[in-house]
Parts: sequence; C-alpha cells; structure tokens
Amino acid sequence: MKTWKKVASAALAAMVFASLTAGCGGGDKKKEAANSNEIVVGASFELTGNVANYGKSTLSGLKMAFDEVNKAGGIDGKKLRIVESDNKSEPSEAGNSVTKLVTQDKVIAVVGPATSGCVAASTPITTANKVPLIAPCATAPNITVENGKVKEFVFRSCFIDPFQGRVMAEFADKNLKVKNVAILYDASSDYSKGLAEVFTKTMEEKGGKIVAKEAFLAKDLDFKSALTKIKSTNPEAIYIPGYYEEVAKIIKQTRELGLNVPLLGCDGWDSPKLVEIGGPEALNNTYFSSAYSAQDKEPSVQKFIAGYKAMYNKEPDVFCMQGYNAGLILADAIKRAGTTDGTKLAAAIAATKDLSVASGKLTYDADHNPITSAIIIELKDGVQTFKEKITL
Amino acid sequence: MDMGSFMQQFVQQLINGISLGSIYALVALGYTMIYGIIKLINFAHGDIYMLGAYFGFIATTMFGFSFIPAILFSMACAALAGIIIERVAYRPMRNAPRIAILITAIGVSFFLEYSMILIATPQPRTFPAVFEATIYHFGPLVVNSQQIVILISALILMAVLTYIVQNTKAGKAMRAVSFDADAARLMGINIDRVISMTFALGSALAAAGGVLVGIYYNSIDPLMGMVPGIKAFVAAVLGGIGIIPGAMLGGIILGVVEAMVSGFFSSTFRDAAAFAILILILLYKPAGILGKNVREKV
Repeated sequence: MKTWKKVASAALAAMVFASLTAGCGGGDKKKEAANSNEIVVGASFELTGNVANYGKSTLSGLKMAFDEVNKAGGIDGKKLRIVESDNKSEPSEAGNSVTKLVTQDKVIAVVGPATSGCVAASTPITTANKVPLIAPCATAPNITVENGKVKEFVFRSCFIDPFQGRVMAEFADKNLKVKNVAILYDASSDYSKGLAEVFTKTMEEKGGKIVAKEAFLAKDLDFKSALTKIKSTNPEAIYIPGYYEEVAKIIKQTRELGLNVPLLGCDGWDSPKLVEIGGPEALNNTYFSSAYSAQDKEPSVQKFIAGYKAMYNKEPDVFCMQGYNAGLILADAIKRAGTTDGTKLAAAIAATKDLSVASGKLTYDADHNPITSAIIIELKDGVQTFKEKITL
Repeated sequence: MDMGSFMQQFVQQLINGISLGSIYALVALGYTMIYGIIKLINFAHGDIYMLGAYFGFIATTMFGFSFIPAILFSMACAALAGIIIERVAYRPMRNAPRIAILITAIGVSFFLEYSMILIATPQPRTFPAVFEATIYHFGPLVVNSQQIVILISALILMAVLTYIVQNTKAGKAMRAVSFDADAARLMGINIDRVISMTFALGSALAAAGGVLVGIYYNSIDPLMGMVPGIKAFVAAVLGGIGIIPGAMLGGIILGVVEAMVSGFFSSTFRDAAAFAILILILLYKPAGILGKNVREKV
C-alpha cells in the first residue's frame, strides 16, 4: 500500500511538472509569434453565466475596434489578436481566466471583465504581472482608485456612477432652468446614494436648492407618502436615481398625485419595463442620463452604429460601445508607446488625450476614469428620444 | 407649515395609508385565521399572496377575464393551493413540535418563491389595467379610483368572512376547533376538513390582496410577497393574533402609521416605525389591541 502511494504521488508530480513545462512551452511559442507580427491582447469576459449578455456585447465591440485597426494596417505593421477567455460571470473564475491569459498566453494587456465584481478579482493578478487592464464597463469607483491611491495598471472606458449625478444637475440647471429640486433616492443602493450625493453637491454649487430629500428601499411598492411630502414642498423637478422597477412605480404614482413637474433619472431607468409599468403618458416630461443613444447625431456615434450593423447585422447597445472604446484606447496607447512593455503602456494609456472614440472625444483624468460626454434622453409617449449631449 | 396645508397633507396621507393598510389587512386575516386554528405562523402566507397575483395575471392576460371574474378565479386557485400546501407540508407535521412546523413553513415559503422564479423568471411582469384609473380631485386632495376599489373590495371580503365565521355551520366548526381542537373532535367535527377550509379561506383572501396590489401598482414579481408578508404578520400581532377584527384593525393602523411616518418624519423611518410598533405591542400588550375584549378566536 505504501509503495503504491509513493508511486502514485511520483507519477502525479511528474504529470504536474510535465503540464507546467508544457504550459510554459506553449506560452513561449505564442510570445515568439507575438514578437514577429502579432500583438496579443487578452479578453476575459462573462461569456456564459447570468450576465453573459453584458460580456458578449462588450466583446463584440472590442472585436470590431481591433478589426478596424487591423484593416487599416495594424500598429506598425503588427496585427492585433484577441485571446478570449470565459469567466462564467463569477469573480473566482475571473481570477483563473486572467491568470491564464497573463501567464500562459503572455498577453500584453487585458480588456475586461464587464462587471465590477469580476474586475476586482482580476486586477491583483494583472497588477502583479505589470499588465495593464482596461475594464470597459465597470462603474464601481474603487476599481481604479483604492484608499486614495490610483492603481497604476487599471483603467476603465466608461464613466463612473457619480459622474451621472453631475451631468443631470448640469442639465437641470442649464436646460430646464430649475432651482428647487426634490430628491427621492434608494437608500438600499450605493449607486443611488452616490448619485444623489453628487447631484446635491453640484446643484448647490450652481445656486440651486434641494427642497426635499426622501428615501425608499428596493422592492417598495408604495411611494405615495413620500411623494405627498415632496409635493408639499413645491419642487420644480424631482431627481430619482434608481432602477427601473421602483422608478416606474414612482413615476406612475407621482403623476397620480397630480405632480406634473419634470422627473430626472439615471441609466438605471433604461429598460422597456419602465414604459410598461409606468405607462407612456406618465413618462412624458421625464429625462434620464445615459452613456449612449442610437439617436445621437454625433458623426462618431453614427459611424460606430453603421460599422457595427455592417459587421454583426444588429443594433449595438451601450456595452458594445464601451468595448469598442476600450479597443481604440488600447490600440492608440500601443501606437504612442511604441512598445508592449507593461509599465510604459500603462503610462501611455493614462496620457490618452482627446482621442476620437465612438462617444466623441475621450481624455483620462488623474484617477484613470475617462472624461467623456453623456447623453440626456427624454421619454416622449414612451419612446426614448435624444435630448441633449452634456460634456463637462 | 401652516394649519391649512398641514390638514390637507394629513388627510392625503390618511387616504394613502388606508389604501395601503386595507391590503395589509387582507393578508393579515389569513395569518390570523391560520394561527387561530392550528397555532402556526404560516410564513408561506406572503407567498400565497404572490401566487394569487400570478393567478390573477394568468386570468387577465391568458383568459382575458375582467376584474371580478379574475379575482374570483385567483381566489379559487389560491384556495386550492392553500389546501394542497396544508395537506402536503403541514398535516404530516400535525403532532410534531411547533418549531418544526415553523421551519417547514419557512421551507414552503422559499419553495414557492424560487419555484415561481424558475417558472416565471425573476423579471417583474406588468399587470394589465383591468379598469381605468380615474383620478378624482377633491379640492387639493387626490383620490384614485383604484384606491376606492381596493378599499371596497377589502371591506366586502372582510364582511363575507365575518359572515362565514359567525353565521354558518362551517364557521361554527372553525370556532370550535380554534377553541379546543380535542373537544371539537369528540363532538364529531372533522378537524382535518375544518383546517383545510381555514387554509382555503385564508389563502383566498391573500390572493385577493395579491390581485388588488397587482392592479394598483401595475407590477408583480416572484418575491413580492416577502415584505407584505412580514408587514401583515406585524398587523396581525398588532390587532391581536387569532382575532379576525384585530387583523383588519391592525392592517389599517399599520398602513396609516407608515404613511404618517413617511409623510411627517422621514420615509427611511417607515419600516423602523412598523417594527417599533411590533416591539411595543409585544412588550406592553402581548395579546394585541383587541386581545382582551374579544374572547372568541378563529
């Protein structure tokens, strides 16, 4: 028995060793290939699991960006190649997937994952290996900055949540010209609280006044008491950062109480369910901020939509655009850095300035968050219509 | 705030609170009846309310029923579901320790919630508008026709329930079982059948609540029963668990208190107030508001 165990463990050790060296060998070969005429970029996305559609959409945009770069002759004659890896929408798998990309496939940079949770699990690995990572749509503020310190190798290509609060306050002040605004926010969501806070701050800076600040909780059904209280303060508009399920009911009940002022919101509103539950009539005179609208007249957006339709034969969503932007940011940085060295590449990404991407011009701020424009969408009889583009 | 606008807000909040409270009351009735008869806090009751909303949804969207047939259909289906749940999950546990039955009830609750997620997806569904919501203005006050329908439906159902319990043979049997199950059995009452009937009645009322909520708020989802279930439990305890008029009173009081707290203090304190009431009642009047006055239990 004992000998058998020894033999077995020796065999196992041999196998592990063999697979390790085999893995390394594979990696080396790929690296050589990369040196010759390819630049290998890792794409770790949620391709299966519960948020698979985010991952798939984002990856399709990224592929389109690389396709365009390659068709235009690549970067210094080298073609960009994507190595895909599925993280199954689970943070634990995201770690494995990124480890594989970095150590075996020797990618020079990683794009993805889509969700903040999976990104948080991936960044320690990429940072330890000095590989830059661009998260196309992770909105949690602590992805790029932790304890007041910017993470050198981590970037994102979407705006962070609080940015939307500023955008909406800007819109309320400049376009709607309202001063007295009430806020009804979701006390159970960091997203909503963050937006409400930034909105309040920006409004007050602009000389506006928050006349009432009421809270609700996710899954609440009845908002009439809070709305009755808000109504008594005679607001000129109400800001409701939240998700569509509650927001739809809030909007319906606001109108039922005879409160017909403009209602303002955020990208959590963006769902067909909003119209279904709230009713198209109640939704008139409501506005929400978003990163993307297919009706945006900006040539860069229309060019992106046309290109996406030509490649995939369907309408792109916001994730497609963010994946596409991430691809362009990376390609531009590789070109400017003139090298695939991780540290220099990260510095080049951080220095991105006025780059033309699908959403317009994009520049990175000191916290590795892109400064780009946001869209205000108005709902007219239940139909989303492009209202205004806000650039800060 | 001057007096006029204070009164106006007060009355508006009272309207909001009563329409919310009458739904709590409908769900609380089922809690109280089931507790009255087998001393079980049926935690799955909130999920019966959810099932009822889905039955109503099926009736209106698939069969094209109008309001009254839909609510009756949903009540009938939920009554059947209540009987099945009692037969399958609770009856085998009849002589088990109470804690075991309580845990079974929690299990049934999760079973219903997550089976519904499996069948109907967790996405909220839009309840079709079975009648127009007309908005009436009484000076500065706003009342919705749906609020009136909810209140009237709740009152009618409560009246019917009171009639059944007080004036029919079946009701008499229910009261007898509630008072002393063993003695009732010795008198020749079929206890199992009486318990089944109690579950059927309680579930039907919860289902009616579910349909009314679906119509009023326009959306239903598989987890919609969780919070109203707990609130209705508070309402039942507040009024005096096991006492039918207590459940009605408890529901209305809870709804009004919630509306007043959100209206005059802060909406974040609303749930805190609801549960603070529960704690106060348990401390100072554990039998509930009507606990002493009405001896008869069902």
